[in-house]
Amino acid sequence: MIEMKEVYKTYPNGVTALNGIDIHIDQGEFVYIVGPSGAGKSTFIKLMFREERPSKGSIIVNDRDLAVLKKRKVPHLRREIGVVYQDFRLLPKLTVYENVAFALEVIEETPKNIKRRVMDVLDQVRLKNKARFLPDELSGGEQQRVAIARAIVNMPQVVIADEPTGNLDPETSWEIMHILEEINQRGTTILMATHNREIVNTIRKRVIAIEDGSVVRDEHRGDYGYEI
Amino acid sequence: MTVSSVGAVTTTLLLVGVFLAVMLNLNEVAENVEEDVEIKVLLDVSAGQEEIDTVEQNLEDMPDIGTYEYSSKEEELKSLVDSLGDQGQAFELFEQSNPLNDAFVVKPEEPEDTAQVAEDIKQLDHVDKVNYGEELVERIFTFNEYARNIGLALIIGLVFTAIFLISNTIKITIIARQKEIGIMKLVGATNMFIRWPFFVEGLILGILGSIIPIAAIVSGYYYLYYNLRDRIQFDFIQLLPFNPFAWQLAGLVLAIGAFIGVWGSVMSVRKFLKV
Ligand SMILES: Nc1ncnc2c1ncn2[C@@H]1O[C@H](COP(=O)(O)OP(=O)(O)OP(=O)(O)O)[C@@H](O)[C@H]1O
Ligand SMILES: [Mg+2]
Repeated sequence: MIEMKEVYKTYPNGVTALNGIDIHIDQGEFVYIVGPSGAGKSTFIKLMFREERPSKGSIIVNDRDLAVLKKRKVPHLRREIGVVYQDFRLLPKLTVYENVAFALEVIEETPKNIKRRVMDVLDQVRLKNKARFLPDELSGGEQQRVAIARAIVNMPQVVIADEPTGNLDPETSWEIMHILEEINQRGTTILMATHNREIVNTIRKRVIAIEDGSVVRDEHRGDYGYEI
Repeated sequence: MTVSSVGAVTTTLLLVGVFLAVMLNLNEVAENVEEDVEIKVLLDVSAGQEEIDTVEQNLEDMPDIGTYEYSSKEEELKSLVDSLGDQGQAFELFEQSNPLNDAFVVKPEEPEDTAQVAEDIKQLDHVDKVNYGEELVERIFTFNEYARNIGLALIIGLVFTAIFLISNTIKITIIARQKEIGIMKLVGATNMFIRWPFFVEGLILGILGSIIPIAAIVSGYYYLYYNLRDRIQFDFIQLLPFNPFAWQLAGLVLAIGAFIGVWGSVMSVRKFLKV
């Protein structure tokens, strides 16, 4: 469960990116965050995993109050949240397998569990046969699937994705969406900021539109709503 | 960068090692001299047994005096003659009319108090003169103090330079690994997990930097010790024995190297690793 109450975010340079956000997202929902460039979508997402702190208001993620969460507890929050970015953020010198395993190594999981979990998620994103490849040897869509595998490998309750299809061609984007849908069907909450009208209008989910740091629309099975 | 920071540690530790070897040996010399410090109390030539007893009683009553020993003018002459060897025979003529004084040889309780004790004794009745190696003792002490201060200032400066260079080297690794660190944070690595490789890197740089100094100190001291030991004439100048001194010094140099390395990494981790 995610809940934001009266959340404001003003960056140190004085830019107010979020201007009083109230939102409630239940466990297992699939939510698109849409809005024009600079509206505050990425900021909204960053607040979820304490990449940024709110200037005001409260944010509850998985029963943790992020406004008062102690710094040393932040790693634990992040283990419950998978994060996927537009630019994949893979380590170029590690293989697919190692990139995914990395997420479990840093939380000091046992080698036996690591192996089992990694092979499991690589199967889910249909990359088991490319486990030994380096990121450079993969297509963009495959790289994003590795990133998703890494995001879900420690079985988070929430996956948040900032424009996960932003760098991908339409066909590959659909592939990624299907994988995210599958993950969602297993009960994981998905929060996805996107500019992709076609996807939002086709795979109908809840849509939260942000403009100038405020929620201007919140519809179940909504549409993208912006002209290009 | 790695080379220059290891080089800085090496230079620092070489100087630290040489400085410590010299200082500790000088201290040893100073202590030996100190321990040998004697105040010779010459009594008035006219002093008879009664006066000698009075002086002895007074010495007995002085709190700062460790030991004292009476030495008659005949004994004084004999030891003078002995110390001069062949040439001393000329003085045997004096046996009939001994020009020397009866004396007490006094050792102060605390060697540092020598000057004060000598001054006090001088005030006693029937005391003609007091002698002690004032010049030598004072010189050694002032020299040691100067050497210690200059050496310490130099070493503190060098240690800071080395720490600074190490922290710069580690800063470069941190920057090079920014992406990896970002991902580690993203997937929930704890701060300690992210930091410890940099501490290890600092430690390794420090230890690498101490290899050459340790080799130089141990072999250099070995050479000096076994070559100079027998050539030094004065028995109060004695080098500290190679074993265990050189090994203790090597251990200390290693510890300082490790400290420099770890401290350098702590500094740059604190500054550049926003975790
Ligand atoms: N680290 C930052 N420091 C200062 N200002 C920032 C920072 N990050 C974002 N901003 C500002 O906050 C506002 C919202 O930015 P944000 O990145 O959240 O928008 P967005 O909706 O994700 O845009 P886009 O669709 O282009 O990704 C913008 O005006 C941006 O310039
Ligand atoms: Mg954005």
